[in-house]
Amino acid sequence: MPRIFGAVTINAERCKGCELCVVACPVAVLMLQPKEVNDRGYHYAVAANPDACIGCASCAAVCPDACIEVYRVVEK
Amino acid sequence: MNQEVRLMKGNEAIAHAAILYGCDGYFGYPITPQSEVLETLETEMPWETTGMVVLQAESEVASINMVYGGAATGKAVMTSSSSPGISLMQEGISYLAASELPALIVNVMRGGPGLGTIHPSQSDYFQATKGGGHGDYRLIVLAPSSVQEMADFVALGFDLSFKYRTPAMILADGIVGQMMEKVVLPEQRPRRTDEEIARQCPWAANGKAGSRRHPNIITSLELDSAVMEKNNERFQRTYREIERNEVRYESYYTDDADYLMVAFGSVARICLKAIEEARKQGLKIGLIRPITLWPFPYDAIAEAATAVKGIQVVELNAGQMIEDVRLAVGRRMKVCHFGRMGGIIPNPSEILNAFNRDFLTN
Amino acid sequence: MKSEDIISAENRVYTRPRLLNTTTMHYCPGCSHGVVHRLIAEIIEEMNLDNSAIAIAPVGCAVFAYKYIDIDWIEAAHGRAPALATAAKRLNPDRLVFTYQGDGDLAAIGTAETIHAANRGENIAIIFINNGIYGMTGGQMAPTTLEGMKTATTPYGRRVDLNGYPLNITDLMTRLDGTCFVTRQAVHTPAAVRKAKAAIRKAFKNSLEGKGTSVVEVLGTCSSGWKMTPAKANEWMVENMSAHYQLGDLKDTATTK
Repeated sequence: MPRIFGAVTINAERCKGCELCVVACPVAVLMLQPKEVNDRGYHYAVAANPDACIGCASCAAVCPDACIEVYRVVEK
Repeated sequence: MNQEVRLMKGNEAIAHAAILYGCDGYFGYPITPQSEVLETLETEMPWETTGMVVLQAESEVASINMVYGGAATGKAVMTSSSSPGISLMQEGISYLAASELPALIVNVMRGGPGLGTIHPSQSDYFQATKGGGHGDYRLIVLAPSSVQEMADFVALGFDLSFKYRTPAMILADGIVGQMMEKVVLPEQRPRRTDEEIARQCPWAANGKAGSRRHPNIITSLELDSAVMEKNNERFQRTYREIERNEVRYESYYTDDADYLMVAFGSVARICLKAIEEARKQGLKIGLIRPITLWPFPYDAIAEAATAVKGIQVVELNAGQMIEDVRLAVGRRMKVCHFGRMGGIIPNPSEILNAFNRDFLTN
Repeated sequence: MKSEDIISAENRVYTRPRLLNTTTMHYCPGCSHGVVHRLIAEIIEEMNLDNSAIAIAPVGCAVFAYKYIDIDWIEAAHGRAPALATAAKRLNPDRLVFTYQGDGDLAAIGTAETIHAANRGENIAIIFINNGIYGMTGGQMAPTTLEGMKTATTPYGRRVDLNGYPLNITDLMTRLDGTCFVTRQAVHTPAAVRKAKAAIRKAFKNSLEGKGTSVVEVLGTCSSGWKMTPAKANEWMVENMSAHYQLGDLKDTATTK
């Protein structure tokens, strides 16, 4: 069984904290930063549970501000 | 040189001249008294010869916005209509001016206001020369008085429009549109190639951004008021340049004139006949016929007026161009108006009677 | 594996399209416009059409679309985008020409231009964002506002006896002989986004191949206008909007022609 490892980077300054990526993620990697805000005052998205990421890019697909990059490694 | 003399209507001359100019596209909607422009183009089928696009649109609103879309890609495009249709086009004309796009609009005027009459009139002078649509803009306005000028002003209008990147209008009255006269049409010019357009119109949004240049954006929107003011100042600089360079008029018998008439379009021809009659009776009247209604020949009229006792302005309206004549000469002399409304064409003796009443009695 | 080992250029499976520039979009958080903009940029990039595309922007929330996607744009007067596109395409027949319009622009003030461009079978693609509300002017009733839906100008809900019925203009356009492809999509889930992208790609291909008018309606959300969170707006859209405006292909003659 190949193992899949994923990771995301989020451009916190572009993020408007809409939370659509959080809802779209099938493995609950993402959450909105509960306290901190970016320069424009939004609680931006962060990968709170990065180890669970499978690099499926669902978050990037629904992100209206194109602030998510997705990486994936398939280990055979 | 093609010197073949042909007999045709002014509206037909517009259509032929458009094809011969190498116009890329015509978009229009039928309305009396200018439908022959579209009819002639559809009959000539220029898409088979020069490749010119001709399309009957669903409305004047669509027509002018097709012109806007075509002009934005750097093409030489035009429309024609008559007064109520031109009213519908005002939003699009304002957008063309604000986006600094070249285009040619032909208004073969009929009587208004409202649905008015289908008969000849000159009552859109204010609309054409003072703005018409919203915002601070001007159109280059050419007023033909013959079928020959209908043909000639297509090329002139397009050339000026491209030179200054601002829309131009041929403001013809229904008489010039409908009457048949002899005309010599220009030689066929080729339509510009994509490469020529790219060179002449580097601003054109023609889909050729790619890696070779930055994207071109045609817009009239600017929410930063400081930038919008700069844009407006740029438009105004263009208008001042047009005023300096492009004033056109003709004068007749002004050298020894005691009185002056000012008239444009078909009416100027009737005035000339009246003046010739008057001169037989020893009454020295001169005539100035503005060809560009904007920019208006203020200086020419002021100069011609220095030695005269009064000015009669004759128009097919209730008194519109007379305001510009008054601006030219100030309050230093008597300026009177004689006008007939939509469809009633004055004859020379009627004009002279009005002149006698205003200037020679009491 | 640790994140820092995974994050490297060779492992990258998704990044923003080059044509979507870095200007921050003015849209509210969660706005569907952003997703559709990104899809358009991706498709044009993937199809190598940045040396062909002429896009027509509307009046409405997407009025500034030209600031975000690095291709040639023409900003139309309200509702007139299909008229501009008609001329742009006829005068430049080898280019991709598409309009991007909202429901007020396309289905209210621009109804005539939309219907007639589609009826002439202009070889253009129409991308139609339907969120049932006027977003830009502050959430007033749109022609597509659902019955009972509250807006700034229907504060007690849209009443058909006063305001008429929600206009299903996309269904109407399936009846026009000039249209070759008419579809209704959404961008509320990753799967929906993929389908919407395929639909827009097909519409662009149809424009280039001269098959007629393609209409891609995208049911969008307007969390600010609807007064709910973006996530809640997606749920509301599925429950209400897509009940009245069914998702899926409504017409596709391009394959049978």
